[in-house]
Order: sequence, then structure tokens, then C-alpha cells
Amino acid sequence: MTEEELRGRVRALVAKVDPDRVDMHTFRGAQFDHGLALVNFPEGHGGLGLNPRMQGVVNDELQKSCKTTYDDLVVNPIGIGMGMPTLLTYGSDEMKKQLLRRCYTGEDIWCQLFSEPGAGSDVAGLAMRAERQGDAWVVNGQKVWTSLAHVSRWGMLLARCNPDVPKHEGLVYFLVDMQSPGVEVRPLYQITGEAEFNEVFFNDVRIPHANVLGKVGQGWHVAITTLMNERTALGGGSSQRASGPIRILMGLWQERGKGRGEAGAVSRDRITKLYIEAELLRATAARGRAAQRSGNPGPEGSVGKLAQAELYKRIWECCTDVMGADALTYEAGYELRRPRTEDRRDAVGMAKYQFLRSRANSIEGGTSEVMRNILGERVLGLPGEPRVDKAVAWKDIPR
Amino acid sequence: MSFTVTPEHEELRQTVRRFLAEKSPIAAVRKTMTTDAGFDDAVWAQMAEQIGLQGLIVPEAHGGAGMGAAELAIVAEEMGRVLFCAPFLSTVLATQALLLAGSEAARNDLLPGIAAGTTRATLAYVEPGGDWEPSAAKATATQEGADWRLDGEKAFVLDGHTADVLLVTARTADGLSLFRVDAGAPGLERKALPTLDLTRKLANVSLNGARATRVGTAGDVTPAIERAVQWAIAALAAEQAGGAQRCLETATDYAKTRLQFGRPIGTFQAIKHRCADMLVSTEFAKSAAYGAAAALVDGDGVVEATAIAKSYCSEAFFQAAGDNIQIHGGMGFTWEADAHLYFKRAKSSSLLFGDPVKYREKLAARIGL
Repeated sequence: MTEEELRGRVRALVAKVDPDRVDMHTFRGAQFDHGLALVNFPEGHGGLGLNPRMQGVVNDELQKSCKTTYDDLVVNPIGIGMGMPTLLTYGSDEMKKQLLRRCYTGEDIWCQLFSEPGAGSDVAGLAMRAERQGDAWVVNGQKVWTSLAHVSRWGMLLARCNPDVPKHEGLVYFLVDMQSPGVEVRPLYQITGEAEFNEVFFNDVRIPHANVLGKVGQGWHVAITTLMNERTALGGGSSQRASGPIRILMGLWQERGKGRGEAGAVSRDRITKLYIEAELLRATAARGRAAQRSGNPGPEGSVGKLAQAELYKRIWECCTDVMGADALTYEAGYELRRPRTEDRRDAVGMAKYQFLRSRANSIEGGTSEVMRNILGERVLGLPGEPRVDKAVAWKDIPR
Repeated sequence: MSFTVTPEHEELRQTVRRFLAEKSPIAAVRKTMTTDAGFDDAVWAQMAEQIGLQGLIVPEAHGGAGMGAAELAIVAEEMGRVLFCAPFLSTVLATQALLLAGSEAARNDLLPGIAAGTTRATLAYVEPGGDWEPSAAKATATQEGADWRLDGEKAFVLDGHTADVLLVTARTADGLSLFRVDAGAPGLERKALPTLDLTRKLANVSLNGARATRVGTAGDVTPAIERAVQWAIAALAAEQAGGAQRCLETATDYAKTRLQFGRPIGTFQAIKHRCADMLVSTEFAKSAAYGAAAALVDGDGVVEATAIAKSYCSEAFFQAAGDNIQIHGGMGFTWEADAHLYFKRAKSSSLLFGDPVKYREKLAARIGL
């Protein structure tokens, strides 16, 4: 299909179902049925079997043709970004029929249930227990850092089905109905005062065997598919020169920092350094995308997550220093609450919030330490660390 | 803020890499760097004959290849990787000085020889004290018939002791202009400096009524010389990125094979993570160097992009060179290991044309900080 034909198909969709007149679920449902949801997906499953790059054409045409547009990352970030590719690869036809469309429309929000209090970077060492009982499994344990669990209908759940084999070999991957009896979601109180995340407790939750993705004991392979789709979403920097966090820092400096004379010289140099790195993060991501397009991906594409996390922490911290005494206050307060955008509508509020929030950048989606291991081992080819838990049954690993 | 790497660029890179692998292995670098000239005449001639790099950015009309900043970046990156000892950076400076500030007669006269590798030219624009702004020049030029006489001191002149032709900035009644002083000219005295970095030669030049020809266009050439220096900075930044890449590679290779505590030291996160950080900053350095080249190609944002490149590539290369010594342990501190050659090159490159702080100062003013 040519780009022009694809654009024609988008215009036909909009002519038939006008997003400015119908609700989100209706429009996105129609988009899915037209194969314009994720064009790289097969026909009948929301796509047209095209190169994933062509999605950009669809989105561009939608932007041009209608006022109302939706961002997948807002509608159902985990479901669309990570759930749908996993389900497409490992789900039964029946599950795909039942779940893909509702995931895309946003009728069913999805969450990811991997991390546990005892399994962070070492997620394959997780302890949540799954025991087979006839046609179902009974699951017990606790998950943590679960975004959107409180509004989710479906969870991607990784649990241990066999503690007597090494950790990677004893896992099973489920799609769990979050409305099942025994699932309890509690907000997780973070350093910002917000609860973006949740803790999720499973007490004798029954999951039908039909909800297993992949083979029993091979849940790790399925989880890799999910995780691969997570990291690609992080680390591209900002799309435009001097935009994003650095723009806010520069704005704060222009308002408050200038005119500090000699005393400001050090701060000015510090901000200039951050500006340079922000520009180079952007340029390096662009170089990575260009290399990917030419079919010659190199290391430039893999450094973004680490570089961005570490840079953004420094930029937001610099913002508090530029604000000086004004950063002694935190107007949003620390009462437990779900995220609300009004706390960070202006630069000052945003900077105060992000000063705290950005500490998670180098932890979530792979800590900076894990990212450095990945760069060291997969890009530079350095040998891995000796694994003391490699050939050991999970139950015998110290914890 | 970058240029698209084409298959032709990749081919150029491979050609240069092959040439340098043959002509400039590290043993040759070590030999050449201890000579007074600091380069190998035969290799210089072969480079001109076989791959014509002296004429890379010389227009075709003057016998060059007519390439631009993107190709220059690729070539310089390869030279920086292997610490190629040759008057290449001075050639870039002189070529751009002639193209940007030279009269048509001077370009016709000098560029064909430069492109052919038979004339080695350099630009003498810095004076003692090391203020790297072309506008700081105090040397004076006095007309005497058709000729000129130059008086003053020039310092840290790249390959100043070996160049056949020195392009010298000096003040006239109508501002700063550019003059040609030939190697044997009366009143010219050149003194090679004992350099920190043996792989890049510098000289001080005394002008005591030195006989010169005016080659500068009418009027003040300060902005043109500034732009010529920006070309050299773009080339230097690419060299630095190539040097950082090589340090990363040698450090990583060593970490894979050096055994301590019964395992390769690269298995330790203290080493592995240092290498990963080098990888990040090396990739950023490449982006910065390519960004400076792209700005020169577009003719847009050159001051900003070269300032970013000078600041970032200088620090990234120095950090990588230091890390390379550290990862090599005691071995890294020896004369025998090559790590010190890169370390010294990194510092000299960082200081040449002005240090990172100076360029961040320039950038800050440009972006409204």
C-alpha cells in the first residue's frame, strides 16, 4: 500500500466516523476496524500488515483532517504500548478477538504486574506463587510499582509456577482480570505526595488456564516481549531544539538568574553545560532513528535511556538552585493524592514537582545501573558478571 | 543538527581508514612524533597521490576535491582515532583562511599547491598570552613598495616551524589583514615548541620586519578568520570524537582480557559502568562533531554548533583518555602503553583554539543565558 493510498483510507475513515462528533471509544473502534490502529498489526486485528513506520503517516493525516485526536500514551499507555504486542505474539485467537479492540479504544485499561518488593532489577527472581488447580490457577503474593492498576481491567501478570527449577525457568505469564475476587489495589504513596503507582495484593485469586500466554514455565520469554516494548519508549529526548526540561530551566534563569553578576557565572556555565547535553541527547536520538531507518542501527540508539535519565535529574535539580529560596516551599503539599496536572501547570510548579519525580527516571524501566550493564555487555561486548543464582533452584537462592 | 551519512561517506571513511592502517600504525606514530618535523614526508606525499586528502576541501577549480564539512569530519575522525601525525589541521586552517579571507590571486597562487600536497601552509593568528580570538592580534604590517614588512610575535602556530608558507594576520590602516610569509623570508624567525603532546607540533614565530605579500581581501578580515577557525574547530571536534572512540575501544578490549581475582576485570561493574559512560559520552561527542559539520554545510548556527562541539568533544575525549589510563591500571601509566599518547592529545586538543569554558561563554551569550 502506498502512502497516498493509506492517507486516502484515513480520510475515508474520518468521512464515515467523524471523531469531532462521536466519543473516543466509538472513533477508535472504527479506526481499529479500518486497520488504522496499529498498521503493523495483521488485518482483522487493528492493522494492515504494513511497516510500523507507516503509522506516522496515519497519525499525520489524522492531525490534518480532524480537530480531535488521541494519543495512545494517554489513552492506554501500557495496554497499547506493551500489552497489544505481547497479546499479538502469544495470545490465542479468541483472546485477540476479545481483548485487542477494547484495549485500543481505551474501554479496557491495562497494567503490568511484574515488579515485587523483593524483585526489582532482578525481576526474574519474583516470588508470587501460582498453583495449578484443575482448569484454573490460584495466585498469591504482592506486586508493586503498578501504574494504572486502580483503573485497569486487565493485568499482565508474571508469577512463579515452579520454585524447584532455576529462576528463569519456573515462570508463567497470565492475563488477569483485575476485577477477580481476591485482587486488592492500594495506592503507593510516593516522594512527590502523589500515588501514580499502586501496590497490588493477590489473595487466592483464580485465573482460568485459558488466560496463560505462552507455555507454562516459559513466562520469561513472554515477559521479554513486554519489556522490549517498554524501553524503546524511553530516551528520545525532546523533539525540538531547546524544548522540554531545558526550556523550563532556561526560562527560570532568564526570569530570576540574570543580573547575578560574578556570582551567577558558575550557574550560567552549569546551565550552558546542561543545554549542550540536552541538545546532544536530541541529536543522538535523531542519529539513532536515522541509522535505524537505513537498516544500520548502531550504539547511538541504545544510550538514550541512561543519558536522558541522568541528564533530566540534573536539569531539574538545577531548576531548584536557580529558584533559590523559592524552592523551599512545595505548594502542592504532600497529602496522598492521585496525579493532578494543575499542580504543575506553570514552570515553577513543574520544576518543584519534577525535582522529586525525576529521581524515578533512573530507576523505572531499568535502573541506570542495569542500563550500564546492558550497554557494557550487549553493545561493548564485555563479559557478564559471574551469576551465583544461575544453576540454582529458585527456592534455594538466598532472599 | 546532524548530517545524513550516505554510502559515499561510508566509502570515504573506509578508504581513509585503510590508508591510515597501513601508513600510520601506532609504531609509525611513535617514530614520527619524536622527529623535529613531526610528520613523515613520504606518507604526506603518498596521501596526496593516493587519496588526495590535502585537497579534500579545496574547490575543484583549484585542483581539489571540492568536498565540504561533512566529508572533512569523517576524515578528521579517522585521523583522530589513530593520532595521525601530519600537518593536516594546519592545512584545513590555511585553506579556509585563503578561501574566506584571501584575494583571488592568492587563492589561484596557493591552493593548487596545497591541494597537491606540495605546499604546506599554516595560519599564524594567535599571539603570546594565548588569547585565541583573531581580533586580539597586535602584529603590524607596513607597506614598502609592492611588498610589506611585518612586525610582531605569533605563538602556538600549528606546524609553524615546517610550513612552506605562513599566512599571518597583522594590522594595517584598514584593519586586520592576511599576509603571506614564505619559509625563507628575511626577518622571519621560527622556533619549534617543546609540546606536551608530541603528536601535534607547534611553533612560535617572530616577525622582525619580515618580508610579506598581502593576500587578504580589502578591508578587515577578522570575521573571515573567525570562520576559518570555526572550520578547524569542527575538524578538531571530529578528531576528538575519533580519539574518544579509540580510547573506548582499547579500554574495553583490555577489560575483556585482563584477569584479576580470577576473572576479566570487565566483569566488575566498576569497570563496566565506566566503559558504558564512555560509550554515552563518545556517542554524544560524535553528535556534537557532526552537528558542527552540518552547521557549516548549512551555513546556519555555526557559532553555536562549533561552541557545543568544542566544549563537549574536548571534555569527552579528555575523560575517555583518563578513563583509559585508569582501566589499564599500572600499565596505563607506562611509556610503553599508548594510553598516554591519547591523554596528551586530548589535553592539547582541549586547549587549542581555547578551552571549553571559553566556548560555553560564547554559547551562553548566543542562547540568551
